[in-house]
Amino acid sequence: MKKKIGIPRSLFYYQLFPFWKTFFEELGAEIVVSDRTTKKILDDGVKSCVDEACLPVKLFHGHVINLKDRVDCLFIPRYTSISRGEYVCPKFGGLPDMIRNSFEELPQIIGTEINLRKSNAAAFKAALEIGSYFCSHKKRIERACHMALKAYGDFVKQGVNGKFPGDLLDGSQPKAVAGSRNGRLNIVVIGHAYNLYDSYINMDLVYKLRCSNANVITVENVSEEIINEKSAQLFKRMFWNFGRKAAGTALHILDRSDIDGVIYLMSFGCGIDSFVCDLVERKLRHSRDIPFTILTIDEHSGEAGLNTRLEAFLDMIRWRKENENYISAHG
Amino acid sequence: MKITFPHMGNVYVVGKILLDELGAEYIVPPFNNKKALEIGTKYAPESACLPLKINLGNYIQAYEQGADTILMVGGCGPCRFGYYGALEKEILNDAGFNMDIIILEMPNGNLKEFLNRVKRLAGGFDIHKIFRAIRNTTRIAKQVDELEKLTFKIRPREIVKGSTDRIYKAFQEDMREARGYDQARKLVEDTRRELLSLEIDRSFKPLKVGIVGEIYTTIDSYTSFYLDSKLGNMGIEVERPVTISNWIIDHIIKSALHLPRDLRYVEAAAPYLGKMIGGHAQETIGNAVLFAKDGYDGVVQVYPLTCMPEIVAQSILPAISRDFDIPVLTLIIDEMTGEAGYLTRIEAFTDLLEKRRERTTIEENRVLSRS
Ligand code: SF4
Ligand code: SF4
Repeated sequence: MKKKIGIPRSLFYYQLFPFWKTFFEELGAEIVVSDRTTKKILDDGVKSCVDEACLPVKLFHGHVINLKDRVDCLFIPRYTSISRGEYVCPKFGGLPDMIRNSFEELPQIIGTEINLRKSNAAAFKAALEIGSYFCSHKKRIERACHMALKAYGDFVKQGVNGKFPGDLLDGSQPKAVAGSRNGRLNIVVIGHAYNLYDSYINMDLVYKLRCSNANVITVENVSEEIINEKSAQLFKRMFWNFGRKAAGTALHILDRSDIDGVIYLMSFGCGIDSFVCDLVERKLRHSRDIPFTILTIDEHSGEAGLNTRLEAFLDMIRWRKENENYISAHG
Repeated sequence: MKITFPHMGNVYVVGKILLDELGAEYIVPPFNNKKALEIGTKYAPESACLPLKINLGNYIQAYEQGADTILMVGGCGPCRFGYYGALEKEILNDAGFNMDIIILEMPNGNLKEFLNRVKRLAGGFDIHKIFRAIRNTTRIAKQVDELEKLTFKIRPREIVKGSTDRIYKAFQEDMREARGYDQARKLVEDTRRELLSLEIDRSFKPLKVGIVGEIYTTIDSYTSFYLDSKLGNMGIEVERPVTISNWIIDHIIKSALHLPRDLRYVEAAAPYLGKMIGGHAQETIGNAVLFAKDGYDGVVQVYPLTCMPEIVAQSILPAISRDFDIPVLTLIIDEMTGEAGYLTRIEAFTDLLEKRRERTTIEENRVLSRS
């Protein structure tokens, strides 16, 4: 019988699922992904996690509950680092421990550490260890790993080419009209993948923007080269993977004339956002008067509030655009 | 160049002796105070952790007294502390405080840049002077930590309540004026003697509580509402394994030189938290286990709201509490924390510890009388 591996549809799912899907399928495992976020999943998570945790970590607990009784093992690796010289977040580093100590009855947890801070070879070692839960042939695991890397590479490339990672993972939202302006606004939304691409938790932010005639651009749409070049201009290098991307994207926006506004999607209680968002805002405000707003989501966020703020923000941008045109036409 | 640096408990002693020995000019900011926190809260991002806010308050109060350059240590993650200096500089400059910052760290393992910064601080590169400064700084850090540990022992046992607090407070004030290692050492030594001469109740067996958590709020008495002295004055002996000297010696010097470190806490933490995740979470978990094994009566965890590593630790502590049957209290601090509510929680916790002890002594007596 195939071994059932449970992958919570939460946190790293939104960045790395294409990799793990191919990897586990190649090894003949059956993948079970938790359901799309619902109120119940969120409520369950909030109840089983310490109050002080950030919303995404609470939600992760909910997805574990959703999965734990229907799989043979849970895949909760310790994502210490996914890139050279950088970290993810202390909570990602402690995630398997948090889960293990928060629930009484759990299936086996695959909590292998993934730490690419010092070398990429460590990733390979981690993949071998993870693969060994399903297969005893080293060669086969290696092959699965290569296939997975290819699938992941395609996923990343599609993002850089303008595809929206959320659409690739979940086709339920109206598609972006990539690249075309046609009177649409170009709005950059900076936020963690797990906030941006989970439409329940962001209260359909992306959908709403698209319905309001806006293109949504995210950090995944900006290439590594640009991000690295731009983020190198900071007074001090950011040592969080997301931080570097967010800061690099913000500085890149300043070079572009086709961006109409920037939204920072922040999760309540996120330690990293508290710094990154502040820095991004400072960088944007210093150099150019580009419309910027912060939307914070937490478990009590009301949808009405979000709608109002979003509408006001877009109206302001449109008003400004019209008036600028008006002035320039006569000036 | 007039240097200043942030407060964190007795860190100012270390900072000033370092700068004295290097012959640099400096201003010690006023001790942590309400105004400093208000200033910091005004300029810092709302959900930044508390130490960043109070740092900003320290800098601005020192700036008002003429400081123009900040000395800060750095890091490379994963928790926010490593980015403190960089963000603080942005915030201060945006707010119109024209201060420079020297962050002591090796950016991307760049030793040359590190040495450049040391050179700037020391006004040249006199290797003997620098080595002597480092040696004397680590020495004074150790001596001050030991003095503090002594207060933990004496406070619950003193006959005239408040004596330890009085002596210790005077020491901290006088230390502001001490110049150079020799004066500082003498002051520590005199204070030690004074504490040892206090009359104490030698037969008293205090409850013992271990303090764990984020380094700033555990070390800095102002931000923890004088937790260590409050417990001490309630007749409880406290122990706090994360200290300034072991932070400097173990985390900075020994890990830079790859020297063996005391890793007992890492081993103790392993079944609960397998890796270093940033901040002091691994110490929190490991030391909580060690306290439980050493027969302590309770553990108190302190951390600033939104502190990432300690949130992970907090979610693990209940498992330790259950496995070792030891009560754990978590205290979370931010600029809105009210002292009254905070105190009530501490009192309820110490009451619980008292009751547990009474219960065990009664049970023990019962066993004895039966046999
Ligand atoms: S990066 Fe922020 S939102 Fe994500 S787990 Fe860490 S603290 Fe939570
Ligand atoms: S340990 Fe906690 S309080 Fe200290 S910098 Fe890190 S997140 Fe902030």
